[in-house]
Amino acid sequence: MAQSAEHVLDHLELFRGPEYQQMLAKKKMFENPRDPAEVERIKEWTKTAEYREKNFAREALAVNPAKACQPLGAVFASVGFEGTLPFVHGSQGCVAYYRSHLSRHFKEPSSCVSSSMTEDAAVFGGLNNMIDGLANSYNMYKPKMIAVSTTCMAEVIGDDLNAFIKTSKEKGSVPADFDVPFAHTPAFVGSHVTGYDNALKGILEHFWDGKAGTAPKLERKQNGAINIIGGFDGYTVGNLREIKRILALMGIQHTILADNSEVFDTPTDGEFRMYDGGTTLEDAANAIHAKATISMQQWCTEKTLPFVAEHGQDVASFNYPVGLSATDDLIVALSRISGKEIPEQLARERGRLVDAIADSSAHIHGKKFAIYGDPDLCYGLAAFLLELGAEPTHVLSTNGNKAWHEKMQVLLASSPFGQDCQAYPGRDLWHMRSLLFTEPVDFLIGNTYGKYLERDTGTPLIRIGFPIFDRHHHHRSPLWGYQGGLNVLVKILDKIFDEIDKKTNVLGKTDSSFDIIR
Amino acid sequence: MLVAKVLVKNSPSQQLTFEGHQMSLASTQSIAEIRARNKELIQEVLKVYPEKTAKRRAKHLNVHQAGKSDCGVKSNIKSIPGVMTIRGCAYAGSKGVVWGPIKDMVHISHGPVGCGQYSWGSRRNYYVGTTGIDSFVTLQFTSDFQEKDIVFGGDKKLVKILDEIQELFPLNNGITIQSECPIGLIGDDIEAVSRAKSKEYGGKTIVPVRCEGFRGVSQSLGHHIANDAVRDWIFDQVESDGKPKFEPTPYDVAIIGDYNIGGDAWSSRILLEEMGLRVIAQWSGDGSLAELEATPKAKLNILHCYRSMNYISRHMEEKFGIPWCEYNFFGPSKIAESLRRIAGYFDDKIKEGAERVIEKYQPLVNAVIEKYRPRLEGKTVMLYVGGLRPRHVIGAYEDLGMEVIGTGYEFGHNDDYQRTAQHYVKDGTLIYDDVNGYEFERFVEKLQPDLVGSGIKEKYVFQKMGVPFRQMHSWDYSGPYHGYDGFAIFARDMDMAINSPVWKKTKAPWKEDSRAKLLAAE
Repeated sequence: MAQSAEHVLDHLELFRGPEYQQMLAKKKMFENPRDPAEVERIKEWTKTAEYREKNFAREALAVNPAKACQPLGAVFASVGFEGTLPFVHGSQGCVAYYRSHLSRHFKEPSSCVSSSMTEDAAVFGGLNNMIDGLANSYNMYKPKMIAVSTTCMAEVIGDDLNAFIKTSKEKGSVPADFDVPFAHTPAFVGSHVTGYDNALKGILEHFWDGKAGTAPKLERKQNGAINIIGGFDGYTVGNLREIKRILALMGIQHTILADNSEVFDTPTDGEFRMYDGGTTLEDAANAIHAKATISMQQWCTEKTLPFVAEHGQDVASFNYPVGLSATDDLIVALSRISGKEIPEQLARERGRLVDAIADSSAHIHGKKFAIYGDPDLCYGLAAFLLELGAEPTHVLSTNGNKAWHEKMQVLLASSPFGQDCQAYPGRDLWHMRSLLFTEPVDFLIGNTYGKYLERDTGTPLIRIGFPIFDRHHHHRSPLWGYQGGLNVLVKILDKIFDEIDKKTNVLGKTDSSFDIIR
Repeated sequence: MLVAKVLVKNSPSQQLTFEGHQMSLASTQSIAEIRARNKELIQEVLKVYPEKTAKRRAKHLNVHQAGKSDCGVKSNIKSIPGVMTIRGCAYAGSKGVVWGPIKDMVHISHGPVGCGQYSWGSRRNYYVGTTGIDSFVTLQFTSDFQEKDIVFGGDKKLVKILDEIQELFPLNNGITIQSECPIGLIGDDIEAVSRAKSKEYGGKTIVPVRCEGFRGVSQSLGHHIANDAVRDWIFDQVESDGKPKFEPTPYDVAIIGDYNIGGDAWSSRILLEEMGLRVIAQWSGDGSLAELEATPKAKLNILHCYRSMNYISRHMEEKFGIPWCEYNFFGPSKIAESLRRIAGYFDDKIKEGAERVIEKYQPLVNAVIEKYRPRLEGKTVMLYVGGLRPRHVIGAYEDLGMEVIGTGYEFGHNDDYQRTAQHYVKDGTLIYDDVNGYEFERFVEKLQPDLVGSGIKEKYVFQKMGVPFRQMHSWDYSGPYHGYDGFAIFARDMDMAINSPVWKKTKAPWKEDSRAKLLAAE
């Protein structure tokens, strides 16, 4: 018996001992296992170019896709508003999944309700679920706003949110003037970034365009403020705080739309804050008067940004700006739009990032990377790697579209380091597996699921993306701004040095290069 | 804070010292007082609801009274819209619980991308195999439905998917189709596709499962549907004269309803084998299609998670005459009781084997209790979990001197509450069925347990409140908790949760203790 009270062994060690190993070996006879030689043969076959070709010929099956569904993004955007309770109309299991998913990434509570539709609602529609659900949520959780979105069930049966919310108000579920913006967020269209876009547009539309016919439309009176939209972002806590710091430094009057940087980073001090921070509803309405709106992620705001532009504002979008040039572009744009000077402090911060790159560039230069993730994140990281002299060899985005592909190709073609690089829209991590076997790279950048690729292909994983379930607290540090660029650089360098050490630490064999100075 | 906390204690009178703190657990409350307080608490919580909702929720909340045959709550009823139920759906019950762990089959999340994504690898159903080659548990296979699939139907896509799986994953031993919501709404005929493709592939096992998320009221119906799918698409397809690939023995048993979370089924299996039994199948943690098929050859089915697999156990009893018995491998008291109960179905050799196993592990049990009980004695726990745990883990806490003062089921039925009342909970225990965020927070706020055991959605809520917490679905990424080896881990984990120094630091030293103020005001 290996277990003891003095040194308790859990799953990490318990099953490695002979008792369990023998037990598991004996279990095999009941499993009708495949011939080990055949398993080995197929395993090797999956590494080949032939397998890659078959794999890339897939038309219907997705294996390990790197995307989630629309309502997740809607919930993420909704909690960025003051006192807002996301309400997802449809089956309840979906909401349990969104909440779990967000909590596993942020290590924070995630509050959201469902209208709990079941078979009868599938037949008769979910109107009664909406009527009861809004009344219950309003009474129990005292929100300032309830932001409604939909699961695919409600979308397939065609529930009409606008009409349902109107009827619910007539029935007294919530006061007539209570804010209930809504967005249809079918899971079978786009991905979580689409859901973010739809929900945010729904909320702005609600405040700006007359609250679904119950109030006069707002008349825009331009002021000097700038709206910032972060987009769906696993680093929202660190990133939005960094953006606010930069805006404050520049003295720019601003509104962050969907500011969920507080609600996903509340203190442990004896009080559970179901709501915390967020864009005030007043600010959300007044955002119509801003001079301009800047989206940090183009593919998270494909509908929202044109909607804002239609209301007379200047708009600009970025692609998850990481690193020097992208941050330069952002800062210059902020200065140009606001008419504010760029303070010396930002120039110093920039200089520190240049300094860091110069100090470390020799270790990154020429290294090959594979990247996967949301379309903007992929673009931003690839652009940064190019300016570090690294080669973003495979850039894969399951929820990237044709326009993303074209834009990626332009980016890759713009740099001598992007010449042998390819972008893969609509592909999944099983495709990536084939790429890593047939065209190996030095490092992989992706979310937690990348660890399966690391295990299978031996490509070291640098965790940047969403979700990150198996490392803690990284969402609190920014990736944006010069400071964020430094954080990304350090993350990459740490992995590079760890790998060098791993390859040189065999006593008497490889350790002549086991240097203490690098 | 300690002084404030003991005011609401309801544990028996005792004095104990730990880490230099003199803690007086002198109880000032009788059972009658506890019952009255809990009843008042329920009434207070119900005040928040609109009238109709209050009436409905009142039926799910109660204070257990000793001697009653159940806990006096309604269960397995639709959740109320908008209340923040903690429940999931039928798909979660089928793909996430019952089918997902079968390692040598490919499980397709059939429909849009989300369901499969959110349930991908998160339940820690451990298995041994070459992932992606002959085992597939931690892969996310989905048909990733697009709008055109909704409009024109997904059957053609499913046909193509099955072909692609056959080509790219040739060593799979079978395929299941786990329906997401849209499948049942758009009228797809996944049964016809399954039959046709099975025939085309020479009788390959292809199992269509109608576990659309809108069916039923929780995960529970998904378990039932999944059980029925095993019956219809595996048992009924196996040729009746099909011989198992091993020689039967009189001591063959199957573990039913253990999902091998963190290795639970392994730390259970080892005890069964040490007592002389032979485990021929695991349902479904680290399980395989061959094991499912061979189960009708078992002499006894032993059932851990009654809720999720009683259906197939009853079926095997009716059809194949296999008896089944429930057991509980949490904590030494229940483990010993269970080993003896299981042995009761066999001859003296096995009965002696059970005694031998109990004796073998007694020194470990003693050492664990000696080490951890002084740190945990008198600590109170509130649980809210699914399946079997709201009752099954109570004994393990009691073995450590702890007391469960509130419990409830996410998706239990009345037979779960009967078992709970008759074998587990104490008089005066607060019972909450299908509890929601609001109710659970108020209950914990008021009863101030030393530990809450629930799920990921609850974890951070209570930790923010300064209440130690352990996830009791995933073992908070630890485990196993089953068996004697698991008990040591369970004890260690509860100790590290409750006695972590961080819980003494939640208040800034310059701020007043609002909790003490709150209690003082009462």
